[in-house]
Amino acid sequence: MITVAAASRTFKGKSGRVEALKDINLTIGEGEFMAVIGRSGCGKSTLLRMIAGLIKPTGGEISVAGERVTAPRRDVAMVFQRPALLPWRSVQDNVLLPVEIFRWRRSQHVRRAQELLEMTGLAGFRKRLPHELSGGMQQRVSLCRALIQNPKVMLMDEPFSALDALTREELAVELQRIHMELGTTIVFVTHSIQEAVLLADRVAVLSARPGRLRQIVEIDIPRPRSFGHNAHLEQVADASAELHQLLLTEEHLPITPQAAGRVHS
Amino acid sequence: MTDIESGSRVSRVWLNAALPTLGAALAVGLWWLLTTVLKIDPFYVPSPPDVVDSFLRTPRYLLEETWITVQRVLIGFGIAVAGGLVIAVALAASRTVERMTMPLLAAVNAVPKVALAPLLLVWMGFGNSPKIVMVILVSFFPVVVSTMAGLTSTPADLRELARSLSASWWQTFIKVRLSWALPQVFVGLKVATPLAIIGAVIGEVVNPDHGLGSVIVGSGTSSDTPLAFAALVLLALTGVALFYLMAVIERLLVPWARAIAS
Repeated sequence: MITVAAASRTFKGKSGRVEALKDINLTIGEGEFMAVIGRSGCGKSTLLRMIAGLIKPTGGEISVAGERVTAPRRDVAMVFQRPALLPWRSVQDNVLLPVEIFRWRRSQHVRRAQELLEMTGLAGFRKRLPHELSGGMQQRVSLCRALIQNPKVMLMDEPFSALDALTREELAVELQRIHMELGTTIVFVTHSIQEAVLLADRVAVLSARPGRLRQIVEIDIPRPRSFGHNAHLEQVADASAELHQLLLTEEHLPITPQAAGRVHS
Repeated sequence: MTDIESGSRVSRVWLNAALPTLGAALAVGLWWLLTTVLKIDPFYVPSPPDVVDSFLRTPRYLLEETWITVQRVLIGFGIAVAGGLVIAVALAASRTVERMTMPLLAAVNAVPKVALAPLLLVWMGFGNSPKIVMVILVSFFPVVVSTMAGLTSTPADLRELARSLSASWWQTFIKVRLSWALPQVFVGLKVATPLAIIGAVIGEVVNPDHGLGSVIVGSGTSSDTPLAFAALVLLALTGVALFYLMAVIERLLVPWARAIAS
């Protein structure tokens, strides 16, 4: 579904050129949940924005569903770190914003908006304004807004990192449920190992300066997964430990060719 | 202008009305006290009773003059706001137009309008038109500047959202930037309102025919200081009324702005 081929991105800064990403090779299959994890400055947000079409790669090529990415697409929805809701619009009107911009028939999508809001537990808040909602609820609204596009791909840039720890866990579990129900391909940028292990089929670990793909870790734990006590605590611990190791040590290890090319069936 | 948010609605309305009235009453009381204790000649500073007497001598005349000034203010302000918004949108839309026009606007704004008033007499004579032109000249610049500031201050996350939805420039402008700019527009309107009154009065003082400015000039000729003060009080009340009118309109049109700020 998504192919990242030798993608690089260099920025021209005041004190010279900054190589944010170098030679990233990645394939993400349809319906797969791919987490991208790395320290600050490793270029994971840049990578996501290149897939979204908001930034152009300075080297290499990125394609989604077989087509080269040149600009933002309607079948690719993005969820940002901040909810970015329009403060003068009600919750329902915020969810329907993509429908208005794409000039779809509003009447056909109002029911879908209500269903999505119900699915995320916001049924009673349709007519409220964003400032009346908590941070977690606002982020749920922005999730609904992304889903109303019926996207083939959802790109999520640390969507829960502006929230408190408990709300993060709650929303992560909800996102897992949505992924299991809808089967959307999701690329999820995070710096939380916990979230990555809960949600992802595979985790791409990026190293910083310049951003390079260090390793891809498979998470084979059966779904639905949960935090806290469950039957797979040992596997969760193993995966977490491996990710910790990769993130907190400095050496750049070569990626295994098999992991890079594996497609989730 | 702070409101007391807690408590019942009745108590809030009472406090919002009572406290300003109390403040005004104390100020008037202090004024009365000073003029009495320091035995100031009414020729220089009349006491509040003198001013009230002067008003009550010719109330209809003074209210008519007030209405004439208010009409000029409203018409001129309306034109200034409409024109100012259009200019601001044009400047915010195109950097080229902005770079060409902004220095000119700043130059026009920098010229003291008092200096222009005699020229207006030459160009337009007496009557309403020169006063209205003066109001426009004085009040349009704050509207332009604050509207532009509002239009260019759209937060990055909203702009990126619009880009990620592949919204056109026009869609982004109408759906995101315009509404976001409204609170700033109202800041400009609230600044421009008292300036509009100043403009009308300058026009009337320099080219007196009708209106409160003319009354003040006339009272100078007849050494009737209490009358001048009565006219000043009426001007002040007009200013307060218009300012709070702007605030009320803002509350109705942009209810979300206060919620974000708090």
